[in-house]
Amino acid sequence: MDVILVQILNGLDKGAAYALIALGLTLIFGTLGVVNFAHGALFMIGAFCAVTMQRFLNLSQTVIDETQTDFLGNPLKVEVPYVQSWFGEAAGAAIQDWSVPLSILLVIPVMLFVGWAMERGLIKHFYKRPHADQILVTFGLAIVIGEIIKAFYGANPIQTPMPSAFIGTIDLGTWLGMDPGAVAYPMWRMVYFFFAAAVIAAVFAFLQFTTFGMVVRAGMADRETVGMLGIDIDKRFTLMFGLAACVAGLAGMMYAPILSPHYNIGMDFLVLSFVVVVVGGMGSLPGAVLAGFVLGILQSFASMNEVKAILPGIDQIIIYLVAIIILLTRPRGLMGRKGVMEE
Amino acid sequence: MLGLNSRDLKLFLLVVAMTMLAPILLNPFPADSALGESFNAGYPALLQRFVIFGLLVIGFNILFGLTGYLSFGHAAFLGVGSYAAVWMFKLLSYNVIPAIILSVIVAGIFSVVIGYVALRRSGIYFSILTLAFAQMMYAIAYSDLVGKFLGTIVTNGETGLQVYADDPQILASPGDPVLPHLFGLEMNAQTVLAVGGWEFTFQFGYYLSALVMLAGFYLSIRIFRSPFGMMLRAIKSNQTRMSYTGLDTKPYMLAAFVISGCYAGLAGGLMSSMDPLTGGERMFWTASGEIVVMSILGGVGTLIGPVLGAGLIKYLENIISKINDGILHQWFAFMPDWLDNLLVTIIHPFVGKGWHLTLGLLFMAVVIFLPGGLMQLGEKIAALFGRKTKSDDDAKTGATEPAE
Repeated sequence: MDVILVQILNGLDKGAAYALIALGLTLIFGTLGVVNFAHGALFMIGAFCAVTMQRFLNLSQTVIDETQTDFLGNPLKVEVPYVQSWFGEAAGAAIQDWSVPLSILLVIPVMLFVGWAMERGLIKHFYKRPHADQILVTFGLAIVIGEIIKAFYGANPIQTPMPSAFIGTIDLGTWLGMDPGAVAYPMWRMVYFFFAAAVIAAVFAFLQFTTFGMVVRAGMADRETVGMLGIDIDKRFTLMFGLAACVAGLAGMMYAPILSPHYNIGMDFLVLSFVVVVVGGMGSLPGAVLAGFVLGILQSFASMNEVKAILPGIDQIIIYLVAIIILLTRPRGLMGRKGVMEE
Repeated sequence: MLGLNSRDLKLFLLVVAMTMLAPILLNPFPADSALGESFNAGYPALLQRFVIFGLLVIGFNILFGLTGYLSFGHAAFLGVGSYAAVWMFKLLSYNVIPAIILSVIVAGIFSVVIGYVALRRSGIYFSILTLAFAQMMYAIAYSDLVGKFLGTIVTNGETGLQVYADDPQILASPGDPVLPHLFGLEMNAQTVLAVGGWEFTFQFGYYLSALVMLAGFYLSIRIFRSPFGMMLRAIKSNQTRMSYTGLDTKPYMLAAFVISGCYAGLAGGLMSSMDPLTGGERMFWTASGEIVVMSILGGVGTLIGPVLGAGLIKYLENIISKINDGILHQWFAFMPDWLDNLLVTIIHPFVGKGWHLTLGLLFMAVVIFLPGGLMQLGEKIAALFGRKTKSDDDAKTGATEPAE
C-alpha cells in the first residue's frame, strides 16, 4: 500500500508539470487553432525568469564595514546585497531566500508580454496557413528562443535553490496512520503539486465563472457567430494566448528548483507534453489535465525497481507506448471531441 | 532518354555533373588563402555529408513533398540503418555491400511496422505518432534496452556501436583493410590533385556515396513522374475525396512511407560506411527536426530543392561555426575601428557557437516569407529579371487548393 502511495506521489509533481504545459497547449489550440511547438520555450522562459530574479536579488554593493577589520587592520570591505541594505538584513535575506516564489512578480508580466508579442507578431499571420506551417514556424521560433537564452545564460544548467523553509521532506505516512518514514515526500514537490492544482483551478474558474471566460468558451465553440454578435473575439483570443503563456511560465518557474534550468529544458518537456495533449484528446482542457497526471504517475510506476527488473528501461518509453496504444484504440484520445483536427 | 522527359533529363544530367565535379567546383579559392580556409567546402568529409544528407532528404521529400504527411521522426530510420550496417561490419566483414543492403532492409522493416501504425491517423496526430516512435527508439537505443533485456549488446548504449578487433567478421580474409572497403578499395582512399595553389581531393568514399545518391535521385524523379506519384499528390490535395471514389489510400501511403524509410536507411548505411561508428544521438528528435528544416529550406515538393537545402545547411553549418571574432576583425580591418568593433559586436551572436540561432532565424524567415523554399526564391528572382520561366509544375502542386 505505502509503495503504491509513494509512486503516486512521485508521479504527481512531474504529472503536474505535464498537465500545466498541456493545459496551455490546449488553450492555444482550442482558441486559436494553432499547434504551438514553441510552448516548451515558454516553459523555459518561465524557469529563466526565476534565475533572473535570483540574480537580481543577489546584486550587491561593496560597503566598508568599520566594525570589522581584515588581517592588516584596515576596515573590512563586505559585499552587501542591495535588498539587504534597503529592507534591513533579516528581511532582505528572507526576500533572497524566497526568490523563486517571488519571481511570480516577474513571470506574469513577462509571459503576458511574450505571449502577446508572439501572437500579434507571428502567429496571427498563420491562422490561414496549413497546420504543418504552424508547426514549422513555431518549431523555428523555439530554436531561436533557446539559442537566445543560451547566448545570455550559457549552456550549463543553473542551480536555483528553493526557499530554505521547503528543503527536506514531509512524513506523509504518519498522517495516514502508517509507520513513520514509510512515505517521505520532498516538501517542494508537494508545494509544486498544490501550486499547479491552484493554477489549474484558477484557469478553469476563469473560463467557467467570468463573463470573459464565457465569451472565450463561446468563441471556442463557434468563432464566427460570436464575431457576428459584435464581440471582438480576436482580442480576447490574444489574451488567452498570453494566459496560456503565463501558465507555461509559472510551471517552469516553480520547476526550476527541481530541475536546474538550461536552454534545452523546454524541448524535453515539450515532446512529452504533446504526447500528453494527444492522449488527453486534442482540444479538451480536462483531458489534458487528466492525461498529464495519469502519464506522470504511470511513468513513476514504471521507474520502480521491481518493474525495471522485469522490463529494463521501461520508464523511458512507457509514455510513448501508452500514447501509441491510446491513439490506436481511442483515436480521439481520452476525452477528445469529434471533429477536432480531423480534416 | 532514361525514361525522362527532356527537362528532367537536363536537371538530372546537371546534378550528375555537379556531384561528379563537386571536389573542384566547391574549391574556388587556393588552399592556403584566407578565403580558402573559410569558404572552401571541397574536402571529402563535408562532401560526403552533402550527398548522404541529400539522399536522406530526397527520401523524406517523397513522403512529405508528395503526400503532405509531415513525419517528425524520420531520423529513427537513419539510426536503424546505421546500426544495421555496423552490425554487418562486426559479423561479416568490412565490405560495404552487405552492410548497405542490410541497412535498407532493416529500415524497410521498421518503416513497415511504424508506418502501419502511424498512418492510421493523419495531420498533427501523424506527426506526433512518428515523433513518439522515434523518441521511443532513441530511448531504447541510447540505453540499449534491447541489449539489457536479452543480456547482450545490441546498440551498446551511450558508448555507441563500433567494430572491435575480437568481432567474428566471418567473411573477412587476412589481407583485407581494417576499414570499410568495397572489395578491397578503401572508402578513404583518395588522390590529391594540386593545380597551382589549388588542391583538389578526390575520395573514393565520396564517389561511392555520390553514385548511390544519384541512383536515389533518378528513382525519385521516376516516382514523381509515375502514376504512383500522381496518386500520392492526389492524396495530398484531398484524401477524403480519394476515399469517396472508392480508392483505398492506405497502401499508397504505406508504400510512400516505406520507400522514404528505405532511403533513410540507405543514408544511414552510407554514413556508417564512411565512419564505422554510430550512436543513439542520430535518432534524437532534433535530428529529425534537421531533416524537416533542410527540406523546407530547399523547397519541399520540388525535385532538387531538398537536396539544395541539405547542401546549404551543411555548408553554412560548417562555415559559420568556424567564424570567430578574430576572423571577423580581419574582414573588417579596412573600416574605421569603431565601425569594425560595432559590426563584430552585432555579428558575434550569430556566428561560431551561435550558428543554431542563425539557422533558426533563417528557417523562420523561409517558412514565413518563402513557403516554397529556395526554389521559390529562385523563381521570384527569375521573374524579377523578366526572364520567361516555364512554370515549375512541381512547385505549383504544393500550393494548389483543391477545387470545391
